[in-house]
Amino acid sequence: MNISDNTKHTAFLRYSRELILTLVVVFSFTTLILLLAGAPPLAAYYQIFKGSLGSWMKLGQVISVWIPLTLCSCGLLYTFRINLWNIGIEGQVMMGAIFTTFVLRFGMDGHMPGMYLCAAFVAGIAGGAIWALFAGYLKTKGGIHEIFAGLGLNFVAQAIILWLIFGPWKRPGIASMSGTELLPRELWLPYVSYMRLSVVGLVLAVIAIAVTALMLRYTKIGLYLKAIGSNLNAAHMFDLNPRTYMLIAMIFAGGFAGLAGGIQVTGVYHRLIPAISSNYGYLALLVVMLSNYNVWISPAVAFFFACLNVGSIQLPMMLQLDSSLSGVIQGALVLAALVMHAWRMRAKTLKEPFYNE
Amino acid sequence: MSEFNLTILLASVVAGAVPILLATLGETITEKAGIINLSLDGSILLSAMTAFVVAYETGSILMGFACAALAGALVAAVVAVFSIYLNQSQVAVGFVLTLMTRDLAYFLGNPYSRLQGPSVLQHPIPLLSDIPFIGEVFFNHTFPVYLSLLLIGLCWWYMYRTPQGLNLRAVGENPRACFARGISPAKIQMFYAVCGGAFVGLAGATFSLCTKPGWGRPQGAEGTGWIALALVIFGGWHPVRAAVGAYLFAFLQVIGIYFQNWFPSVPAQVFQVAPFPLMIFTLLIINFVQKESAIDRAGGKAWMKSILGTLSGAPPTALGKSYRPD
Repeated sequence: MNISDNTKHTAFLRYSRELILTLVVVFSFTTLILLLAGAPPLAAYYQIFKGSLGSWMKLGQVISVWIPLTLCSCGLLYTFRINLWNIGIEGQVMMGAIFTTFVLRFGMDGHMPGMYLCAAFVAGIAGGAIWALFAGYLKTKGGIHEIFAGLGLNFVAQAIILWLIFGPWKRPGIASMSGTELLPRELWLPYVSYMRLSVVGLVLAVIAIAVTALMLRYTKIGLYLKAIGSNLNAAHMFDLNPRTYMLIAMIFAGGFAGLAGGIQVTGVYHRLIPAISSNYGYLALLVVMLSNYNVWISPAVAFFFACLNVGSIQLPMMLQLDSSLSGVIQGALVLAALVMHAWRMRAKTLKEPFYNE
Repeated sequence: MSEFNLTILLASVVAGAVPILLATLGETITEKAGIINLSLDGSILLSAMTAFVVAYETGSILMGFACAALAGALVAAVVAVFSIYLNQSQVAVGFVLTLMTRDLAYFLGNPYSRLQGPSVLQHPIPLLSDIPFIGEVFFNHTFPVYLSLLLIGLCWWYMYRTPQGLNLRAVGENPRACFARGISPAKIQMFYAVCGGAFVGLAGATFSLCTKPGWGRPQGAEGTGWIALALVIFGGWHPVRAAVGAYLFAFLQVIGIYFQNWFPSVPAQVFQVAPFPLMIFTLLIINFVQKESAIDRAGGKAWMKSILGTLSGAPPTALGKSYRPD
């Protein structure tokens, strides 16, 4: 066994040890919270497991959540590369959904569904990208931190959805929180009936992962995003314009988010509802952080988060608990991972002087 | 309700501004020491839940406020520890906590939603409340209102007129120099992060025990934390100006309710989200004002310069950067 094999081996051991430690810490914390709420912890965990992976139908639901989460995570990888906090991704999902619905409303009679669906997806991507560009311009031209710009635009997008549902796009007869009129079946994405899962969405999400991995690893854009993100001053010296690349990153993030919104409309809800984005944008920020900004790990993390989200829907019915338990677990996981990260860094800096000698 | 009465209007502004005012003051203190506590939106909810549950169970409103302050301080302490001792990004930790504390509040508060609980009673201040106009606007309120009025002055005095306040500002500006002078930036940042967090906790308690009594999902305090964070920038990291911002914001909120009555055809959602585009717009103006070109364009007009002067304010130099002594 040579040296590099040996270090790889110990690195793997260390990572798995950290992973187990993280899970134990989070598990204990969650159990404590459950006991504090007076709930039986084991029953709660069992319900989450059964509610997410207990049947084909549930697995289909999990994957339906995984698709938008993965798309958003892919988008966020671009913005995180250049050190942008694209908190506005939530609103970008909503805008994608709005634009998609806008196009589909012309095809309500069910003629040429394929053409309308394609046009709708393009519109969705454009909608998300436009909303992201707003935030990007506010950052680059207006000097507003992207967190405030994005957040403000999220609330605006939510208001636009509510206004559309209760105003111009209300259902014939009565407007209600249940959303706009249901799309005709021709405009639904084809889905596997026993899993209620749209295959097109799944394929698009997998393509998004591949494209993102290729873009970030092998193209100039990916390289420049990383260069500017890691050292702004050096980027200036290489004559890279950070503003241009910030906007490019925002366009990618918004595009993927808009696509996610489009899939939510055509593949999951088949109409525009007030909670169309379901907080997946915010959740994707946690996914990317927990996966340490890695393209290949984030789909796995997204799958786990999707399981928690879908599984916890059971909690109110079975145990009279609030379904927000999933959010507590997800947050605790990210915090624990950050602690592990910090310790790893500290161990490194403590060791470094010895290497130099 | 549709009848316009200036006294009632101003009185409801003074009362309605309390939570956002407390949160803004708290965040100003924290940021002045160089720590950004982004978790405001969640920690306000968590402390609101804590305050309501504790007050409901013990029957003591004071206990509710105390526990809420503790909850807010605890969340702020997590942000500070991650930044100071673990060298992690304050924005990242703050954002995770925003989501996590909100969900924690919903989860733990679930059994207490929509219950009739205790709320703070009106306590007119004996002599002062008899003054015509002013008494009605300022001195015919609840205890948290008086506390908030007191804290504005106290914060300013502490920050700008005491040696401790000087240390606080110095750490936010230049932790390295403080370290060299024998002041521990870590200790000071930790202390003021916790103090600011306690203020935020009080803000949450004011929501669930005073301004919007009760607990539920949604509580009605959602989004306030983000507005408070923006108001800190609007206030140029100065407690009195931040307070003015909070009152302006409360004024707009109250006016919004009047507008809703006057223009029933405009959907209610427009008024509910109006603060957020307004926030973006305000930040745009503030940023524009701080640019050199704006001051040039003002030319010789003294009044223009004075307006620009009052609007601009620089953030503490070391804001958001964690400092490691070498």
